[in-house]
Amino acid sequence: MTIPLTLISFFFSLIIATVTALVQYRKIPVLQKVARFYIWVIRGTPLLVQLFVVFYGLPSLGVLIDPFPAAVLVFSINEGAYSAETIRAAIESVPVGQLEAGECIGLTWLQSMRRIVLPQALRTAFPTLFNSLICMVKDTSLAANITVTEMFMQTQRIVARTYEPLILYLEVGFIYLMFCTVLTKVQAYGEKKLNQKGFRKEAL
Amino acid sequence: MILEAKGIKKSFGKAEILKGLDLSIDKGDVVAILGRSGSGKTTLLRCLDFLEKADEGKLIFDGVEYDLKTITKKQIRELRLKTGFVFQSYNLFSNMTALENVMEGLVTARRMNKKEALEISLTMLEKVGMTEWKDHYPIQLSGGQQQRVAIARALATKPEVIYFDEPTSALDPELTGEVLSVMKTLAEEGMTMIVVTHEMGFARRVANRVVFMEEGRVLEEGDSETIFTSPKEKRTQEFINRISVIQE
Repeated sequence: MTIPLTLISFFFSLIIATVTALVQYRKIPVLQKVARFYIWVIRGTPLLVQLFVVFYGLPSLGVLIDPFPAAVLVFSINEGAYSAETIRAAIESVPVGQLEAGECIGLTWLQSMRRIVLPQALRTAFPTLFNSLICMVKDTSLAANITVTEMFMQTQRIVARTYEPLILYLEVGFIYLMFCTVLTKVQAYGEKKLNQKGFRKEAL
Repeated sequence: MILEAKGIKKSFGKAEILKGLDLSIDKGDVVAILGRSGSGKTTLLRCLDFLEKADEGKLIFDGVEYDLKTITKKQIRELRLKTGFVFQSYNLFSNMTALENVMEGLVTARRMNKKEALEISLTMLEKVGMTEWKDHYPIQLSGGQQQRVAIARALATKPEVIYFDEPTSALDPELTGEVLSVMKTLAEEGMTMIVVTHEMGFARRVANRVVFMEEGRVLEEGDSETIFTSPKEKRTQEFINRISVIQE
């Protein structure tokens, strides 16, 4: 459960983050305010509280969500707020002249973003986004609190049966460590790939 | 007449940069726009291609009149499909090779099929002498080479007019030469070009008309030989003498 929960949530969070970042970059009147508000609220409240509000709080308004979708929802929205700032900063780091050049050869604003600005922003944001992904792998253990039977919850159940907390919790910690090690390798590989595509190596 | 601008006004905050400027360009004209820094040359060019929104004015392009104050996004895009722009800082797309830079306007903006776009793009790169560099990324090219690719990119879309905003100001003299010679070839082929420049040699020998701007207005204009040999305005004369002395 840990892996699908992380990957699905991260995927949605990237979409939310990109849209939120673009709304701010374009300075779309009302939506820009909405975006700022969203980021302010989400970054200002604990993830665990957000999980509880959605899973235990919303049912009293008649909104019942199953544990897994509830966790995906909260993780996506939470991570989206953080990544939105990462992506916005990365977009702003692309020289505005390239966007102008895109529009001058007849691209629409969206086409310029998609073809020119976002690919370069991705390169800049990549290490930070990977950081977030690694954090998220571990944060998914919080989903145990809303009855998602991910890795940590499974461990708790086994501990309850076997009374071997030290070994089992060390073991589950080790498994998280392995996941993150694999991701670190993937990150290094991804950066190398992206560097080959015409990006400046760190200047001396 | 391909392009006529009437009464263009533009302010940034309290500073009025363009104070009701008129300009008309015939097909095949190569117009050099001269003037001191801050006279509004670059702003004029940017207003003509909508990189800045003019506060007031009219643009008649190819017989169609547009009000610059109320022009829509769709109309701007329509016009941009017929014009090209070359920047002082080249502004090549860093995530694309030279060839991809040139193809982009054809494939993405004009939905041309890849094979046709490739053919046109290779022709344009050849024209600016960059064929052997086609698979290089901008970061791997010198300033002069980047600017030549940028010119090929502007040419590929077969524009009616190309605007050049100080295309050689960021280059050292040797690289300036290679870019100017490409521009000279274009001029000889009859391309309509509006060039903001400080290159007096180019203005005098390649441009057929010179527009001298001062304080957001056209102070004097005429065919280039006349402006250089017998300008009517004293200010024009001063400027030309001063710059020519520096560049000789």
